[in-house]
Amino acid sequence: MFQVRIHGRGGQGVVSGAEMLSTAAFKEGRHAQAFPSFGSERMGAPVMAFCRIDDREIRLREPVLAPDALIIQDPTLLLQADLFKGLDDAGFVLVNSSRDLDELGLGDLAARLRPGRLRTVAATDLARQHVGRPLPNAALLGAFAALTGEVQLDSVLAAIRHKFPAKIAAGNVAAATAAFAALAPAEERARA
Amino acid sequence: MLEQMEGSQAVATAIALARPQVICAYPITPQTHIVEGLGEMVKSGELKGCEFINVESEFAALSVAIGASAAGARTYTATSSQGLLFMAEAVYNAAGLELPIVMTIGNRAIGAPINIWNDHSDSMALRDAGWIQLFADTNQEALDLHIQAFRLAEDLSCPVMVCMDGFILTHAYERVDLPAQAEVDAFLPPYEPRQVLDPAQPVTIGAMVGPDAFTEVRYLAHHRQLSALEKIPEVAAAFKARFGRASGGLLRGYRMEGAETVVIALGSVNGTVQDVIDEMRADGMAIGSLAIGTFRPFPLAALRAALAGAKRVLVLEKCLAAGVGGIVTDDVRRALAGEQVRINTVIGGLGGRAITRESLRRVFADACAARLERLSFLDLDTGVVERELARERAARRSGPTAEAVLRQLGAPGSRLG
Amino acid sequence: MIQQTIKFYQTGTFTVGNRLLDESQRSVQANMERTNSLNSGHRACQGCGEALGARYAIDAAMRATGNRLIAVNATGCLEVFSTPYPESSWQIPWIHSLFGNAAAVASGIAAALRMRGQDDVRVIAQGGDGGTTDIGFGCLSGMFERNDDVLYLCYDNEAYMNTGVQRSSATPPTARTATTMAVGDEPGNPFGTGKNVPLIAMAHHIPYVATATVANLRDLEAKVTKAMALRGARYIHIHVPCPLGWGSDPALTIRIARLAVESGLFPLFEAAHGELTSRTFIRRRVPAAEYLRLQKRFAHLFTAGAEAQLARVQAIADRNIERFGLLAPESAS
Repeated sequence: MFQVRIHGRGGQGVVSGAEMLSTAAFKEGRHAQAFPSFGSERMGAPVMAFCRIDDREIRLREPVLAPDALIIQDPTLLLQADLFKGLDDAGFVLVNSSRDLDELGLGDLAARLRPGRLRTVAATDLARQHVGRPLPNAALLGAFAALTGEVQLDSVLAAIRHKFPAKIAAGNVAAATAAFAALAPAEERARA
Repeated sequence: MLEQMEGSQAVATAIALARPQVICAYPITPQTHIVEGLGEMVKSGELKGCEFINVESEFAALSVAIGASAAGARTYTATSSQGLLFMAEAVYNAAGLELPIVMTIGNRAIGAPINIWNDHSDSMALRDAGWIQLFADTNQEALDLHIQAFRLAEDLSCPVMVCMDGFILTHAYERVDLPAQAEVDAFLPPYEPRQVLDPAQPVTIGAMVGPDAFTEVRYLAHHRQLSALEKIPEVAAAFKARFGRASGGLLRGYRMEGAETVVIALGSVNGTVQDVIDEMRADGMAIGSLAIGTFRPFPLAALRAALAGAKRVLVLEKCLAAGVGGIVTDDVRRALAGEQVRINTVIGGLGGRAITRESLRRVFADACAARLERLSFLDLDTGVVERELARERAARRSGPTAEAVLRQLGAPGSRLG
Repeated sequence: MIQQTIKFYQTGTFTVGNRLLDESQRSVQANMERTNSLNSGHRACQGCGEALGARYAIDAAMRATGNRLIAVNATGCLEVFSTPYPESSWQIPWIHSLFGNAAAVASGIAAALRMRGQDDVRVIAQGGDGGTTDIGFGCLSGMFERNDDVLYLCYDNEAYMNTGVQRSSATPPTARTATTMAVGDEPGNPFGTGKNVPLIAMAHHIPYVATATVANLRDLEAKVTKAMALRGARYIHIHVPCPLGWGSDPALTIRIARLAVESGLFPLFEAAHGELTSRTFIRRRVPAAEYLRLQKRFAHLFTAGAEAQLARVQAIADRNIERFGLLAPESAS
């Protein structure tokens, strides 16, 4: 089972991100479960959503306590306690930021994790560019596909098209594709 | 057809497949997504022959449902928590009038302190109102139970609550298998009311009944509930025959073969319980679990039979009867009357507190080792409780408890469970 | 239904004699085809205004709908005296659910009838003042604002008679009830309390609102008939004396109801979509005291020292007369 925890702020599409990730896995014939952190938080408050992916039925209903991957939709949350709780050195961390790891104060975390497991992607910039709104969730899922290989980019794009009406989907597909390209290894980029 | 969708949307789809004629709704978290979904289907014309009524309270929601059902329409509503209590009088009335209304309960705690998260306090509070209460373990089961619920309700002329854990199921996206309309139509024939308000054959419904007949009327209500204990497995079997999957029924056992310790629970926590049981079975522990699918009427005989080989029973409850303990436990004890079985009650998941594998494994192990107290509270922060008790002892004007506990804990928000 | 203005001053009473009218204009109750929807044999008290009002109202509604009618009843006297198990006085499909939900149950029935293709069948909800102006008020307002196709009839006897004469929000100032006893500095129900539900109904801008009284049964029938010709939410507030609760002679029910109108304490009017469309002029104005004196619930107003209280009740009557224009132009001086 692969477990993902998404941290962001209310209004950033955190729950939709988890939902789309689960849809992407579903489209690959896998079992997936996505659920929010069940708050009554308003716009701007810290929120969490979770996604589990497995090859068999997922029965577990606890929150994701030991994530295989973390997606940080809002870098202003990096100072929050417990953000990296349960993450071991094999885990992936994807941070939405145009800054580098040292600027973000993540040098220590990068050193703890296996090489290449902590990456940043300027998902908000890509969303502004392709969607016209600072909603980074779809772009982050493209980057997530590149970083973890847990879902294919095509599945992510299909999930985006499933979630949004055609016009909005097109922008998000472009943002996710661009984010994937930004993180994909050079050889994959060459193939693409 | 397999679809990845939110639990609420799956339930809304199931309701639409059942071809309801009147749906009334009043918003309360976490039930809202279900009725929003249905409202859209009615307004868009996707769900035809159905009227969707936005009412001014839950009391009105169920009252409108009572009128619609008495006039012969297949009728649905949904609520949660305070909403269920606000309609409590009508809940009893719908059952007394024998109206086959189906209502989803998106299970949520009851305040004060106000809490929007999941536990079972709401449906437990109305457990003896004369409704059948079915509990769903998964979103697939929630979907399936709603289709079964209309058939049960209309066969028995008795209202049915389908209880599903708020947020944990209502807001979770997972895979569900949506049945085809033709299959649902074949399983669920059009509603043929046992009684209906009709000028062609005028009847009086809801007359006053005095001491001379009230006992008999109540006995017949009891009889109807007992007959439901036979009807529910029949409907579940018919459902399995048509749709090819097991859903509903009275009890659902998991790894019960040779189980000396049996965990009893209701609702979505059964999934986590089953994962823990797999781990413990792998370690050689003789443990299994029973999900109570039908809580009202309570399947006393079936439970007694299922627990024939058990030495210890752990009842995991998401509701606390303050000053007493577990509510489900009382019924389990009644089922086991005269048996030498140790019964432990564990209260957990109150107001949305996460029930984790780690915590369950610990209490299950304690139960197996006979180390568990008769009544215990999962992951209770005893430090917080003791400090608060000390504070209350120290000053007469100690203020409201809930706010004092929050002050002790500091800012929440980022905690996981 | 055709109405004709007739002056019966020569008879010395205000009773409209059916035999003086053309057959087509006679009361529903004078018709051999009347349905007796609320049949004889029920257990209402002698002189019960509510039983009388309900019989005229429902029979008129039956005639107006070709006997295609369903009635919902709130808990209360009417419900209790008409349906002692296993008997029922109702000759029409009738349902009682709860005290406070008659309007909502009726909304549900109307919706079901639409969905079952039976919208020629019409729905009436009825309750007393407690079930309407107090405990059922939320459901009533909801039914109004959704403009559900229901005629709501409130039989107003100005207190909770079924439970033993306790105060409701329709109890008039100074009235003695079991919970507003005639003791203390301000005996009876206090001034400055209560609510006027017909006016509140008008504020919902529903198609039809009217007040009526058992003192003018032809007018009640006409208003019910008019209401049944309309669709949407409709409300008729009917003044029904209660000999038990009011401490009045059962033989005087009609007279007392008439004095309430003639004194100005119970104005008769109609409204459409929030606008007043008609009022019934007072035929012979009487002092409020004439109405009050016949009822033991107001007995304390006629003791020494109660003059100020009595004057305040008279002021309420005067204010109604002015506000609703209850005096015909020729007698307005």
